[in-house]
Amino acid sequence: MTAQVITVTSGKGGVGKTTAVANLATALAADGRKVVCIDGDIGLRNLDVIMGLENRIVYDIVDVIEGRCKLKQAMIRDKHYSDLYLIPAAQTRDKNAVSPSDMISICKDLRPDTDFVIIDSPAGIERGFRNSIAAADRVLVVTNPEVSAVRDADRVVGILEAEEKGTPALILNRLNPALVKNNDMLSAEDVLDLLGIQLIGVVPEDESVIIGSNRGAPVVTDPKSRAGQAFRNIAKRLQGQDVPFMDLEQQNGIWSALQRLTGRK
Amino acid sequence: MEQTTSLVQIKGIRDGLLATFSDAPWEDQRIALLTQIDERSAFFQGARLAMDVGSQILKVNDLVDLRDQLSERNVVLWAVVSESSTTEQTSQLLGLATRISKPRPEEKQFSDTVTDDTALFVNKTLRSGTRIEYPGHVVVLGDVNPGAEIVAEGNVIVWGRVRGMIHAGAKGNRSAFICALDLSANQLRIADEISAMLKPQKDPRPEVASINSEGRLQAELWHPG
Repeated sequence: MTAQVITVTSGKGGVGKTTAVANLATALAADGRKVVCIDGDIGLRNLDVIMGLENRIVYDIVDVIEGRCKLKQAMIRDKHYSDLYLIPAAQTRDKNAVSPSDMISICKDLRPDTDFVIIDSPAGIERGFRNSIAAADRVLVVTNPEVSAVRDADRVVGILEAEEKGTPALILNRLNPALVKNNDMLSAEDVLDLLGIQLIGVVPEDESVIIGSNRGAPVVTDPKSRAGQAFRNIAKRLQGQDVPFMDLEQQNGIWSALQRLTGRK
Repeated sequence: MEQTTSLVQIKGIRDGLLATFSDAPWEDQRIALLTQIDERSAFFQGARLAMDVGSQILKVNDLVDLRDQLSERNVVLWAVVSESSTTEQTSQLLGLATRISKPRPEEKQFSDTVTDDTALFVNKTLRSGTRIEYPGHVVVLGDVNPGAEIVAEGNVIVWGRVRGMIHAGAKGNRSAFICALDLSANQLRIADEISAMLKPQKDPRPEVASINSEGRLQAELWHPG
């Protein structure tokens, strides 16, 4: 195998990057893939908390880079899926403890016996972001249907294009179909109209996401959750399957609108 | 401070350090710069570096590689000053400044040589954070998104939607104009006139913005012929 390295980023903070990483990684592992997540948010780590692995951390990514442990020793195995691992960030250091070439060399070591390496980028467009995209084969940009989040996503897409990382795919997170219907929220069409990139998934607003994050059990494991279903669909699309977009019911015609929009390049 | 006969001269300026490159091959100079930094790494810790690369033509990869190598040495690259418009565009794409506080003596000479017919053609959508400065006309085939900026000494023509900031006639040419298929910009400027925010249009039509006879910046529908 040779892994695909996927970086999840957003520009703005708080739009759901870490939640998306935890859920996509769990969904891919549930599909039988071997997955390693890397928390790129040195100094403000929380992927470990959302995955419920906080108390198992012994070594972190900075220990690997500075040679205090082997890569394997910093890989924490998930509680439920034996082929899902987390490489946590260091909490007591800052972004300068890692360089883009460190990330490239860690991913290079992971590639031979992994299917997916998923990197959780910090918010912003500075050092931590650059570290996180250095090794990426593919980038997913997460945004919310809010003007400020979309503006930041646009900036990030521009940087990725300038750095010849290819055009990223978009995850539209926390869409509330009822608000869209009343014209109180940007619709998926509005967002795609501005960003002009390919959509890989729309995740509806769902309180079970917060409950899952707080319990350290990503919502994707809950078969009844609609957000969980959306993340499972994105994971399938990452594996190259053609999964139709969910019908977010309340909003008539959104499904066909999405199909139309994603059909275009 | 001056060591051996180095390819790259480094000196202190108000905004940090300035590395001046010569016309020697880029690769040699890149290595020379990194070697100088490695030799005196304590001095360079946390430095803000601007580069004057002369007429070197640099591609995205050249600058990205160097910026990452500098950042590994804890040196921040913040500006690239260049005589080549390709390099200048590359730097702007990467969000680097292309002017430092001390203007280049060549700059004046550069704008003097620009004729009315010089235009920059941009064949893509300008996203948030992109800034294009050009001493002539600018033609964009794509959108100008919110947070993007175009500053042109001549006219600006956008075959797409304008939702960012456009400044035409930036050096004071009041007869400059801005036209676009959909002019819903946050702000337009021509010479020293600034327009209030334009309303987003339900049914966008091509418009031309210019300074009218009363001296106000105004947009009106475009009538062919």
